[in-house]
Amino acid sequence: MSKKENTITPPADTMEKEYTTLNLGPTHPATHGIFQNVLKMDGEIIHDAVPTLGYIHRAFEKLAERRPYAQITPITDRLNYCSSPINNMGWHMTVEKLIKAEIPKRAEYMRVIVMELSRIADHIICNTIIGQDTGATTGFLYLFQWREHIYDIFESICGARLTTNICRIGGFDVEWTKVTWDRIHAFIKDFPAALNEFNKLLMRNKIFMDRTVDCGPISGERALEYSFTGPNLRAAGIDYDVRVATPYSSYQDFDFKIPVGTSGDTYDRFTVRNEEMWQSLEIIKQAIKNLPTGPVHADIPDFFLPPKQEVYNNMEALIYHFKIVMGETDVPKGEVYHCVEGGNGELGFYLISDGGRTPFRLHFRRPCFIYYQAYPEMIKGGLLSDAILTMSSMNVIAGELDA
Amino acid sequence: MSKEILDKVNEKLKIQFPDLQMEAELLYDFPVFTVDHNKVHDVLKFLKEDTDLNFHFLTDLTAMQTADEKQLGVIYHLHNMPKNMRVRVKTFVDISKPEIPTATDLWVGANWMERESYDFYGVRFKGHPNLTRILNVDEMDIFPLRKEYPLEDQVREDKEDKLFGR
Repeated sequence: MSKKENTITPPADTMEKEYTTLNLGPTHPATHGIFQNVLKMDGEIIHDAVPTLGYIHRAFEKLAERRPYAQITPITDRLNYCSSPINNMGWHMTVEKLIKAEIPKRAEYMRVIVMELSRIADHIICNTIIGQDTGATTGFLYLFQWREHIYDIFESICGARLTTNICRIGGFDVEWTKVTWDRIHAFIKDFPAALNEFNKLLMRNKIFMDRTVDCGPISGERALEYSFTGPNLRAAGIDYDVRVATPYSSYQDFDFKIPVGTSGDTYDRFTVRNEEMWQSLEIIKQAIKNLPTGPVHADIPDFFLPPKQEVYNNMEALIYHFKIVMGETDVPKGEVYHCVEGGNGELGFYLISDGGRTPFRLHFRRPCFIYYQAYPEMIKGGLLSDAILTMSSMNVIAGELDA
Repeated sequence: MSKEILDKVNEKLKIQFPDLQMEAELLYDFPVFTVDHNKVHDVLKFLKEDTDLNFHFLTDLTAMQTADEKQLGVIYHLHNMPKNMRVRVKTFVDISKPEIPTATDLWVGANWMERESYDFYGVRFKGHPNLTRILNVDEMDIFPLRKEYPLEDQVREDKEDKLFGR
């Protein structure tokens, strides 16, 4: 190109804007999971975004069609792996609803304790990672040890930390040991001080607020149109919580508040989750204080694996054991939808049974899958670094997104 | 409570759509309405926009295949948050021509849920802005959750190797 040609520039209004295409992901350290975002960038401003998912799709719904009911629990673990006990219990409650099983109060209260502990674990991950993404690693490292304490509690209940498979259809397999109770007591005694310190670190931190206020906002109406639930909806100002709207597992017995935000931005999502951790602690305290006595599992021998000692010495128990392990127990025909308040929002199980040993059709309503489609709208016009923060504050978990 | 919701919605729908073929039943705690696929969009629109019923929230949208493998079903779960009422609307289409009007004009969030249903069952939602596969690869030419594609089973001898990538 000659020098003369180079000086000729077209008038500004006819000039076509050139956008940069930026592939964020599929595996990128900032995206907390395997999903791709093809961003159309105007400098550092996001002009458009196309999310691509399905990289870790594992066909849960198809798998569930060949597994007996008890064997579906492990695949629910892998949905939201940050709070897998909630997924386990949501599934168990769905089956219990289908077979019309009455669960003892004590088991329900114990379930509430586990579910609230896992909600705290889930929110710890989400909130510390929001801090991490703004560059505040201290909170992340400091609060993460408390997630480990929660996992220690799960380990003493069921032997696993992440993929918990924590209870059974009908309740818990055995009564919790003294170690478990001691760990729970220690946790609710010591955790508030740590959480308080974490709050002090970030809540009124100038840098943190500059980064998160007005970052990736969504209005309440828009959030409802997108079928948002959980903390992301409450941050936008709608006080909907499954635990209050349709109580399950004795949640009606507990007294707690639903924290609500106003603007639906990253800061609100952070504060709503923070407040929810305090409320969860309150619920656990109440559950421990009012814990009923009695059995920890329902009397449903067709679905509940008998204790090993019984199996060795009792013919009836051996038959039931065999039937359950081989998956020979039939369930009634029917269609149920059961939802629980997962770490991310309404986690629903839609189950159609044709009376056989496996479900005819099982559909998971995964809250992350529903949030993530609003993501392009939320990050448009913002900076690339805001997009990362928006994603981590929405708590999009790849396992739940892809199923 | 659920029985009252069932009666109330049933009555309102009968007044609004006098010649609508509809089955109303109570399954566990859920009022369920099975409606004709040509009318399902009108029914959903009415349920959403009626000020009294006000089912403004689309909780879930999914598809299924009937046991005789001849029909595909689409299932909507609707929710009225202020009154805490939930209903399920079901509709069935013939598998040879699985076409149904899209619900994306009523709820933006139906977009991906419909894409998921298309991806796994092949229900074609008419008027959908971008009806492409979402979780599976674009080149796939089957709808994997249909009953004609069973999961691999070691003891079966009738399976086709082609479907399992061998």
